[in-house]
Amino acid sequence: MRPARRHLLTAAVAAAVLSLAACGSGATPAAAPSSTPAGTRAADTTLVLYNAQHEEVGKAWADAFTAKTGVKVDIRKGSDFDLANQIIAEGAASPADVFITENSPAMSLVSSRGLFAPVDAATKAQVPAQYSSSKGDWVGVAARSTVFVYNSATLTEAQLPKSIMDLAKPEWKDRFGISPSGADFQAIVSAVYLTQGDAAGAAWLQGIKANAKIYRGNSTIMKAANAGEVPGGVIYHYYWYGDQADGGANSKATKLEFFGNQDPGAFLSVSGGGVLASSKHGAQAQQFLAFMTGAEGQKILSDGKALEYSVGAGVAPNKALKPLAELQAPTVDINALNGPKIVAEMQRVGLL
Amino acid sequence: MTRAVAGAGIRRPPLRHPLRLAAALAVAALTLLPLGYVVAGVVAAGPEGVVALVWRPRVGELLRNTVTLVLLGTTACVVLGTGAAWLVERTSLPGRALWTGLMAAPLAVPAFVNSVGWYALFPGFDGLDAAVAVTTLSYFPLVYLPVAAVLRGIDPAFEELGRSLGLGPWRVVARVVLPQLRPALLGGALLVGLHLLAEFGALQSLRFDTFTTAIYDQFQSTFDGAGATMLAGVLVLLCLLLLAGEAGLAGRARISRVGSGVARRAAPHRLGAATLPAVIALSALAVAALGVPLVSLASWLVTSTSTAFPLAELAGTAATSLGLGALGALATCLLALPVAWLAVRCRGRLAILVERATYIGNSLPGIVVALALITVGIRVVPALYQSTAMLVAAYAVLFMPRAMVSLRAALAQIPPELDDVGRSLGVGPAGVLARVSVPLIARGIGAGGALVFLAVVTELTSTLLLAPIGTETLATRFWSESSELHYGAAAPSALLMIVLSAPAAWLLTRRAAR
Repeated sequence: MRPARRHLLTAAVAAAVLSLAACGSGATPAAAPSSTPAGTRAADTTLVLYNAQHEEVGKAWADAFTAKTGVKVDIRKGSDFDLANQIIAEGAASPADVFITENSPAMSLVSSRGLFAPVDAATKAQVPAQYSSSKGDWVGVAARSTVFVYNSATLTEAQLPKSIMDLAKPEWKDRFGISPSGADFQAIVSAVYLTQGDAAGAAWLQGIKANAKIYRGNSTIMKAANAGEVPGGVIYHYYWYGDQADGGANSKATKLEFFGNQDPGAFLSVSGGGVLASSKHGAQAQQFLAFMTGAEGQKILSDGKALEYSVGAGVAPNKALKPLAELQAPTVDINALNGPKIVAEMQRVGLL
Repeated sequence: MTRAVAGAGIRRPPLRHPLRLAAALAVAALTLLPLGYVVAGVVAAGPEGVVALVWRPRVGELLRNTVTLVLLGTTACVVLGTGAAWLVERTSLPGRALWTGLMAAPLAVPAFVNSVGWYALFPGFDGLDAAVAVTTLSYFPLVYLPVAAVLRGIDPAFEELGRSLGLGPWRVVARVVLPQLRPALLGGALLVGLHLLAEFGALQSLRFDTFTTAIYDQFQSTFDGAGATMLAGVLVLLCLLLLAGEAGLAGRARISRVGSGVARRAAPHRLGAATLPAVIALSALAVAALGVPLVSLASWLVTSTSTAFPLAELAGTAATSLGLGALGALATCLLALPVAWLAVRCRGRLAILVERATYIGNSLPGIVVALALITVGIRVVPALYQSTAMLVAAYAVLFMPRAMVSLRAALAQIPPELDDVGRSLGVGPAGVLARVSVPLIARGIGAGGALVFLAVVTELTSTLLLAPIGTETLATRFWSESSELHYGAAAPSALLMIVLSAPAAWLLTRRAAR
């Protein structure tokens, strides 16, 4: 090893250790001495939020909550099922106090293992019952609507499907995209089974398997429709609104069709929030959940750039969105979504 | 020549080095944690559950896809990597320094950035062809670099000897050059194969499903952790096949050289009229592997309204990535050393088993490795849970083969007699390791470390789940921004990943240029 190389290596390792020490001291408040003056107990508490919602949504809520109460919030981000599986693997030792997701099935998974504490009654009262767990162990914090995104040069309004059920008909073969691996699409399948019955649901699923082009992820479908690779596809609304707000490079040639009419294709998916039963700061964690679903928290959501629907405390959603009441979403028990039966059905037809 | 000396090489029984054996066994145990997690899942599902989850048409389809991708992708990497290495190192091609850099540089571009870049410029670019093309463009340097290093270092006297004994030029390649290339070629091909088994990022937008993409899908299904674990079990079997295959092909020929004097540089083959086609071919390769993703990133910066360069934040994030990369590289090389030493110096059944065991983590999806470490870590070492130490351990489990292949190749090139000379001069075994072996394989350690660094900088799942809370790396930042569709905001993170990785890729070419 030549001397120059040796110095280079030493310098690299030193830089590594220094930079980690620097970020470590900022990142692990438990180890750092508290800079807040000795005051209320709340100010000394640090909550851990496992955030599977959009980073900016979770962060906005956490920052506002800290500003209001002095309770600090550390955030771990990840996707719905990464974090849900992590919480289950951690079990009673989980460092998480609060968990929020993009869609409700990951909440159901954690709930099925009995890892959530009951939600405070006052918090439950802030959110309409259809957006919360019937077990009372988590509540809705936001929602997103299923839509049909289509390339407006390829499809005219008259040619659009009237119902998501139409997509199983032969004339739609290879003309739309879906992302069956996502919890989102599995929730839509659940909605079809719940609203149309098992026999009609199974026939529809077979047709979808025969007709659909398979993509991974909603944004991939939207890009493909935008590029004319496929005439249309089933996605959530906010991908389109978000891209439009970001210059529209991936959506400028597309429009959205809302199925409405209580169609299973107008399914509204709920983002959930819950407090872990293993939390050592249960009171503050419940306070945080109450804040997110309360007027202040919901206003932060609807004023923000996430373009998801606010669901609680009578706060109107973002004005850029089609109003919640006009969506005419079907009535679906969100506790029954994505059960073992739906997964088995999707495995049977070969979509999973 | 090489073979004649092989008999003189001394096989040492591993039990005569209890400390090194114990260290190697401990490393193997760490890297086998994910396998244990998978096996526990398979046992829990019971024989009926296994049959129901594994014996279905979808698994057959995934098996076909995965095997096809691994075979085609590895072959393409071997052909492109070896061809390019031969053109650059052994012919009269002009601009060798430039080509050396360009052929290594694709390693600095994360595979998922490459994939997204291709798809953005060529929508409809999907399926098997796309999957093979994108992964080949991302991973062919894993074959190019070791092969180029050997081609440059080969003593031309061997080839001349072959010619003088009556072999034609092609037979010289087959009987003299290829046997010397074999460890490098196989090591590179094995790395590519393992990466293809575990690849997720590059495939997610290409409409091509493998076991790994399907395992991620299963984890998205509410109640199907068992299904995911079963698929991971099949993936482990594929990995074992790959490992056995490589071990079977690797052979035992001695390739180290003892003797006075230094190997001459081989005289380059004259390309003549073939120069232009060769330059065009290599340029096309560079444009496909580097130009396309870079143009895509540039177009995001221009068309997106979220484009921003928050310098302080980006600098802090880059420093975290750099620090984790360096720590990961250091720890992985340190852990790989006793295993590699055992595998080369005490080559026997036990040594081979221990060495092969350390490859399995690399073939499993990141989510499986992360969940295994979570399950064990939070119960066995709760104080270390979600600490930097645990994250670095995860990196070591995931990327050990990158260090192992480099260290093994480097150790194989040192004559074992040098150890004996050291011992005969009164130096203890630890002293020989520290004063003879490690300095001689410094370049190998550097190469292995650089490869691990490149992988750590782009690692996502384990970093998200296991890093100390609040840790932000360039990869996690890119993930959040791009999943929120803020491509303009995501692009600087991707560019910084490339910038951070460039020195490591350069370091790898330095090894090739020795």
